[in-house]
Amino acid sequence: MPKFARVITIGEQELEWLSLGAAVFGAGGGGDPLMGTLMAQQAIRTHGPATMVGLDTLDDDDLILPVAMVGAPTVMVEKFMSGDEGDRIRERIENEIGRKVAALSSAELGGVNGVIPFAWAATSGLPIVDCDLMGRAFPELQMTTAAVAGVDINPVVITDERGNLVSFTTATPKWAETLVRTVVGAMGGEASMCLYPMTVAQAKQAAILNSMSRALEVGRLLHEAEDDPVGALCAAVEGFPLVVGKVTDVNRQTTEGFAKGSATIEGTGADAGRTLRMEFQNENAVLFEGDSVVASVPDIITAVDVHTARPIVTEQLRYGHRVSILALPCDPIWRTDEALAVVGPRTFNYDIDYIPVEELNG
Amino acid sequence: MAENAGGHRLGIDVGGTNTDAVILDADQAVVAKHKASTTADVVGGIVEAMGAVLDASGLAPGDIGRVMLGTTHATNAVLERRELATVATIRIGGPATKSVPPLSTWPDELRSVVSVGEVIVDGGFEFDGQEQVPFDEAALEAFVSGLDVVPDAFAVSSVFAPVSDAHEQRAAEIIRAHHPDARISLSGAIGSLGLLERENACVLNGALMNVAASIVAGLEQALSHHGLSATPYFAQNDGTLMAIDRVQQFPVLTIGSGPANSMRGAAHLTGLSEAIVIDVGGTSTDIGVLAAGFPRESTIPVEIGGVRTNFRMPDLLAIALGGGTIVGDQATVTVGPESVGHRLTTEGRLFGGSTLTVSDIVNAAGRASFGSYPIEVAAGTVDAALDRIDSMLEEGLDRMKLARSDQPVIAVGGGSVIVPSSLEGASEIHLPENFDVANAIGAAIAAVSAEIDQLFSIEEEGREAVIEGAKQKAIDAAVAVGAEPAETEIVSLEELTMAYMTDNVLRLRIKAAGPLR
Repeated sequence: MPKFARVITIGEQELEWLSLGAAVFGAGGGGDPLMGTLMAQQAIRTHGPATMVGLDTLDDDDLILPVAMVGAPTVMVEKFMSGDEGDRIRERIENEIGRKVAALSSAELGGVNGVIPFAWAATSGLPIVDCDLMGRAFPELQMTTAAVAGVDINPVVITDERGNLVSFTTATPKWAETLVRTVVGAMGGEASMCLYPMTVAQAKQAAILNSMSRALEVGRLLHEAEDDPVGALCAAVEGFPLVVGKVTDVNRQTTEGFAKGSATIEGTGADAGRTLRMEFQNENAVLFEGDSVVASVPDIITAVDVHTARPIVTEQLRYGHRVSILALPCDPIWRTDEALAVVGPRTFNYDIDYIPVEELNG
Repeated sequence: MAENAGGHRLGIDVGGTNTDAVILDADQAVVAKHKASTTADVVGGIVEAMGAVLDASGLAPGDIGRVMLGTTHATNAVLERRELATVATIRIGGPATKSVPPLSTWPDELRSVVSVGEVIVDGGFEFDGQEQVPFDEAALEAFVSGLDVVPDAFAVSSVFAPVSDAHEQRAAEIIRAHHPDARISLSGAIGSLGLLERENACVLNGALMNVAASIVAGLEQALSHHGLSATPYFAQNDGTLMAIDRVQQFPVLTIGSGPANSMRGAAHLTGLSEAIVIDVGGTSTDIGVLAAGFPRESTIPVEIGGVRTNFRMPDLLAIALGGGTIVGDQATVTVGPESVGHRLTTEGRLFGGSTLTVSDIVNAAGRASFGSYPIEVAAGTVDAALDRIDSMLEEGLDRMKLARSDQPVIAVGGGSVIVPSSLEGASEIHLPENFDVANAIGAAIAAVSAEIDQLFSIEEEGREAVIEGAKQKAIDAAVAVGAEPAETEIVSLEELTMAYMTDNVLRLRIKAAGPLR
């Protein structure tokens, strides 16, 4: 039996673990998962637990619907979902494609989108597939393994709490990004969506498999770890602890939907004397030591609390935080030239070649 | 006017351990102070403290123009589930927000004590002030007229109320039409962005309506007992004051006033407006930051009695270190986290007891000198314990600082003698006179404030103009609650980034404060 052919029941406790794990893979972005977690927990209280299944439990021809919230997490703390959005999107897709959806999936493992699909899964009774399209958080709709694998993003359906629904047919995933953002703005800054509807057979090629159960296990481990949580986390995710130190400076600015900036980390203990700079664009993008690159996108750079190993999102980074900066190798699917053209350092305006974190720090 | 009857101010701070009272003269200098243990009968304790400090001052009742009270009544009522009023919870936000209904994150026992019913009706706003959907007044009418039990209070929260409270105001009119004497809490006046946390704070505020009535009655009783005709005020959790009518509307804002008072008192006693304050008690130490003379506010939700809220609270780091903290002198020397607390005066070695405490260590080391028994502790133990104490303070200081540079530190509170004369990260350490009653002094300093927290589109006017407009809005709001217009200033301005938002939108949190008119 392949290890992903299994069924996991996702109750309120599992949601807590998932939200922690999803924040580790969120690379500092993806938004605070709290609202998504509360929504999913409420849906589970009302409708019963959600079910997460491996791809092999489904038929190759079954239709999978990746879903997500899109827009500003800052808006979602005030105006969050009605709870009907998931069903409305799914019904529209089923009408357009003329087939039933067999399972939902997360489009993005990271922050709020690591947990929100479970709200819709619990509500609809459909299972969630143990995979996603990023293996981490990324800021734009074309930055998916599905786009790299050539899966059609269409139809893209977005809806708001009022019942406004727009179905897009877009020329490219990048166009979907542009058009969806415009409508999301008109809807009040956040909305619910689906994208890249695909068959199980396609997902086996185009998705990052087992990523959700991995996040669940990482979250559980963080929840339970007592001695050396950072070490336990690194072991679990094959991560590289790049520096232990103190945040001594944080610069931020917002431009065109990106919270850009950098944090300076001065090493302490065994790392005393080292100074690193972590640059972020919603997510952490590149870690520099002087002029040298220590880690970069698409590898996952995450700041965690040095004592508890709890991940710290970029919005919460501030002077005095004691952090350990980890880099997790991204899924190999991201390391081809085609994929790096979509999510490599140059797409974030860094004129550097991507070198895998294990080569930089081997 | 009562204010003109006397130029002196009497401040009282009721804490968990002590009830402190001070009288300040017209120049805000300390004329008299009094410290006593907080009694189970809190009002009795206030009457007594007021009498004792009046006696000590030699002043006549007519010399006192204003009386300020900071009290833990509201905090205790929530923690102990006592004296809580019943509340009907109304959220104006449908069809959005239905995925997480009101009070769904509350502990069941608290919810069952407080809530008589909850409803979500359509309405609320977008971040830019446009209506999300029209307000469904008929649905609210149906809920209000259909309640089986008429609650003590109504709590109304609408989506983006910090941007526009028009639907909340209209809801209040509708409720009053059915229940003319209803006590109504509106969320927009209580908390900042974050609907669930603001709604929680608003419902707690409703639940505290009876407590508000009893603390107001208690203070008035104390005033009349001593023949004072002074104007009463209550301390709130940002270090400023509320008049009686406001405390009756917003009792929840008194939660957390104690630490805020200490920090304001520290600012007053040293004349510093930018500093780190270390407030040492018997069991724990609170470290906070003064910015423009006021406590820096926490930006993360604060949990009270199991309920997440987001109203302005001082940003504090609590560490388990106080005068009564137990020192272990086995193979390795440990400091805390256990404490003998107020039993220090019987259990500490310097008072003839047998437990080694932080107070014993600082006396043995010559850092302080109090107590009545000589301390004999091995020099190695003293040094190791002092190292630990100082590094706990230094790490706390560093965690609260926002910048690398050394900053002035003010030590206050009954246990502040444990603070050394120098610490890494501190440019200087002040241990001001009357440090032990800084909290009561903080209550007696008369300032009022107002805060706004909103998202602003900068598309049309541009960033500078938007920020200027928002500042004026904050100043106007402070003046509206009693600040002297000529002396009201912006004391904090935070510009928060908005990730994943393509519109040019700023989130601004701005606070204005000024002396009482």
